[in-house]
Amino acid sequence: MSEDATPHGATVHAGPDSTDTPALAVSNLVKRFGTSTAVDRLDLTMPGGTVLALLGPNGAGKTTTVEICEGFQRPDGGRVRVLGLDPNRDGAALRPRIGVMPQGGGAYPGVRAGEMLRLVAACAAHPLDPDWLLDVLGLRDALRTPYKRLSGGQQQRLSLACAVVGRPELVFLDEPTAGLDPQARRLVWELVDALRTDGVGVLLTTHLMDEAETLADQVVIIDHGSLVAAGTPAELTGESGGRQRLAFRASSGLPIAELLDRLPAGCTGTEPAPGRYELVGPIGPAEVSAVTAWCAEHDVLAQELRVAYRSLEDVFLDLTGRELR
Amino acid sequence: MTEHVQPRFAVGTFTPAPGRGRLGRMLLAQTATETKLALRNGEQLLLTLIIPLALLVGLTELPIIDVGTPRVDWVTPRVIALAIMSTGFTSQAISLGFDRRYGVLKRLAATALPRWLLVAGRVLSGVLVIVVQLIVLGAVAALLGWSPQLAGVGESIALLVLGALAFGALGVLLGGSVRAEIVLAVANAVWFVLLLAGGIAVPASSLPAGLADVVGLLPSGALANGLTDALAAGTAPGPGPYLVLAFWTVLPAAVATRTTRLT
Repeated sequence: MSEDATPHGATVHAGPDSTDTPALAVSNLVKRFGTSTAVDRLDLTMPGGTVLALLGPNGAGKTTTVEICEGFQRPDGGRVRVLGLDPNRDGAALRPRIGVMPQGGGAYPGVRAGEMLRLVAACAAHPLDPDWLLDVLGLRDALRTPYKRLSGGQQQRLSLACAVVGRPELVFLDEPTAGLDPQARRLVWELVDALRTDGVGVLLTTHLMDEAETLADQVVIIDHGSLVAAGTPAELTGESGGRQRLAFRASSGLPIAELLDRLPAGCTGTEPAPGRYELVGPIGPAEVSAVTAWCAEHDVLAQELRVAYRSLEDVFLDLTGRELR
Repeated sequence: MTEHVQPRFAVGTFTPAPGRGRLGRMLLAQTATETKLALRNGEQLLLTLIIPLALLVGLTELPIIDVGTPRVDWVTPRVIALAIMSTGFTSQAISLGFDRRYGVLKRLAATALPRWLLVAGRVLSGVLVIVVQLIVLGAVAALLGWSPQLAGVGESIALLVLGALAFGALGVLLGGSVRAEIVLAVANAVWFVLLLAGGIAVPASSLPAGLADVVGLLPSGALANGLTDALAAGTAPGPGPYLVLAFWTVLPAAVATRTTRLT
């Protein structure tokens, strides 16, 4: 029913209704467990056919948020609409339209990979070919292996296959690359890219900044259940007011206060570890030259000198703190 | 691993085409999967077929416990009661406990599969396993000379259905509520206790006096006694076993609807 002939042929970004109903509209979402608040007045909006990465430290409320959107948990407050539907009230209508990859996967312990994917495919009206999907995800050798004997990475890939086999409009991937080797991670990235190209919306959670930076149209950083920053990766990492970071190595204990006097006001400098120096501020060619000249005066060689924009990881750590918790 | 192949996802591969599969096909797929898993699992087969077969042959051939004669006519209904308990309660509880642990219920609940179909597939697969058990046990009993009272077949079918429901409800209650390891331990322990002291292997008449009175109120005793009355003696068991089994169906089912968790 839902697959009419694509009007634009094979053009890229043939996203269905990407403008009218947002794939996801969450406002003022609250979820409590006992006395602790897992999600605290969270707002999210995601247009159809785009990729949103939900970032946050462990326990930030990412999985809770995703599970509320999937209809597995009931919110204590706020409004959630997924493809225009209430996941709790309209779950039966919503589930055929979404694909879910739960954290840690999910299958019968004794089921073979092929059997599991075929079972999930049988639940959909126009599924992808399960054998092709297993093949392309590198699970051909595992077709007859019971789920509990698959490696963690194989279980992850099977779970990903289960999420997309039903040709959904929107896919929820909870830490899709956790425990994957670099090759498999690339494969997942390619898949997510292909999903977006074909107009499928993807909400993913991750700890990996490069993953979010590479894949996401929109990054949302949450901590303690609340939104702390949102925007495109470029917006989040781009320095407002032209602030860059200059880092170099040299002998330890150099008097950087003296160096800061020669740099424009607004530059800050630290020695976060012995012999490692970091300057943050409006850094241009003149400033780099000033730094190397100052090093020459002290007869030290500035090694590994580089000027960089803040990475998403820096943004993330600045916003959520650097301490382990 | 040869995984550096560049996968090419042609444009349009994932173009959304959502929709729910046909109900019949979903039910068939889920029932077939669950049945295959039950018949492929060694530990479950031990409980559902191998131990009942061993007891059927052993209790028939070795006069260790005093039952009526011919022995096979008295042993077979009790072994059938055991088979029902093994599938409905122990095997069901253990598989449910580990299915929850491995997240399959959540996985399936996230598909278009309606919840009632998830339950229906499990029930149907349990019925199929019971049919296999009845065929195998019945055939071996026949080889041992079993001649059931035909007049009792109708009643015994009613008792089997009710017994499967009662043990199934108890199995879901246990398997759906606590951690998999606890399910495993409790399900096996209860199975063993009911086998020996619950009126299955040892008839109530051979049990100590106090226990004998209680046994008829347990689902194991009610089912074993009812089946023995119907198939060996050819007498109507009366409303007793039906009431007991109905009680053990309704109460655990009512509690299980509140306690059963997906994970």
